[in-house]
This record gives sequence, structure tokens and C-alpha cells, in this order.
Amino acid sequence: MAETEIQVGRSPVDPPRDRVFKTELVTLIPHLRAFARTLTGDPTAADDLAQDAMMKAWDARASFQLGTNMKAWTFMILRNQFYSEKRKSWRQSQLDQEAAERTLVAVDNPEAPVALDELRLGLCMLPAEQREALILVGAGGFAYEEAAEICGCAVGTVKSRVSRARRALQAILDAGAYDRDGRSAGDAMGAILADAERLSALR
Amino acid sequence: MDDHRKSAAALDEARLRQQAIGVKLRQMFDEVVNEPVPDEFLDILRKADAPASGQ
Repeated sequence: MAETEIQVGRSPVDPPRDRVFKTELVTLIPHLRAFARTLTGDPTAADDLAQDAMMKAWDARASFQLGTNMKAWTFMILRNQFYSEKRKSWRQSQLDQEAAERTLVAVDNPEAPVALDELRLGLCMLPAEQREALILVGAGGFAYEEAAEICGCAVGTVKSRVSRARRALQAILDAGAYDRDGRSAGDAMGAILADAERLSALR
Repeated sequence: MDDHRKSAAALDEARLRQQAIGVKLRQMFDEVVNEPVPDEFLDILRKADAPASGQ
């Protein structure tokens, strides 16, 4: 947590270019925060991640070709950061389970067809690669090709992940609707997770 | 019979839900995009700025 040491001023200085770069980077901060939030499911962890990604982008600014897609470039940095941290310290299942349980407690609007909290819960339970594909294409405004570049995989892979994510999310949300009246949150979680796993394994 | 009706209704609802998911997904993302950026972000970026240029 306290290991965000920032190297100050060690890059070769190019003030005008840096200024242009920085202006554009600043406009991307809200998007980086949003993407980070969907990856981690936790606002604090998300902002840490977004800040790290922002600084990595800043440090690597010399390697960025001005005029190309900076949004996709920074998203790729953020994503790489997320997975390298996760490899280091997080267990996927733990993270998903905890995030999902935290969100489940917050589900309390049985009226709405798809409550935002339900959606967050559902997203938490998707396999990470499906979640990110769906977010990039379905919410981030990226084309399949750009999402493929960000995720470092083939376009067809992104397409299949998005469609699997849509199906699994649907199933999770449907199951959530039944399980709200009656069973305990723990039982519901188990059933939902099993369902999601089964569905995402199909195909 | 009841089961049939139920599953047909569930299918319709599922279709509607799929559309709703798309809308909500964007809404969820945009909600965060539209939050004010915490000062911390700009502070960090400012500190990383060329130290000689001050301020």
C-alpha cells in the first residue's frame, strides 16, 4: 500500500510535449477510475490502481506516440498493473467472493428490473477476463479490435468473452431475483456462483 | 402448464433484462466517470512534474 514511490523528474525533459501529454492524461483520469472500479470492485483499491496506472503512463510518456489512442494505451497499462498486482498478492476466488458478498449485502431494491447493485454483484462474479471484455466493449466505448489490443488477445476471443459474459451475467441476475426472497445470502451466493461457473464453462 | 407459462414469461423477461443490462452497464461506468476526480490524482501528477518548473 505504501509502495507507491514516485521517481521525480528522472525523464528527459520535453516541456511542450509533456504538457500536451499531461493534458490528455488528465482527461482520461475519470475513465481510468471507472475501469479500475470495475476490475477491483472496490473504490479505494480502484483509486490506488488508477493512480499507479496514471503514474506508469506518465513515466512511460516518451514511448507514447502522440496522436494515437491514449485511452486504449492507458487502459492497457492499468490492466497490466491490475494483473501483476493480483498475481503478487490476491487470490482470484477470494477477491471475487469477498467483493460479491460485500455487494450482496447492499442489494435492496426488489422493484428495479436490473438494480445497479445487482449488476455490480453480478460483475464481481464473472471470471475476470469476461468482466473486462464486457466492460471495455459494453461500457467503455471500445471497439472489439481495441479491446483485443488492450487485453492482448485475438478479436475473436474478445467477442466470445463478451457474449459469454452477457449470458452469465443474465443468469446471475436472474438467480439473484429468485434468491432474494427466502434463502440466506450464503446459500444464494453458492447457487449463483455455481451457476455462473457452469454457464461460463459452456461453449 | 404453470411451469410452461412461467418459463415463457421468464424468457421474455430475460430478453428485456439483457437490454437493461447494457444500459445499466454504461450507467454504472458513467457514474464513476462523472464523479469529481479526487485531488490526490492531480497532486501526484503535479509532484511528478519537472521539479525545476516549480509550483
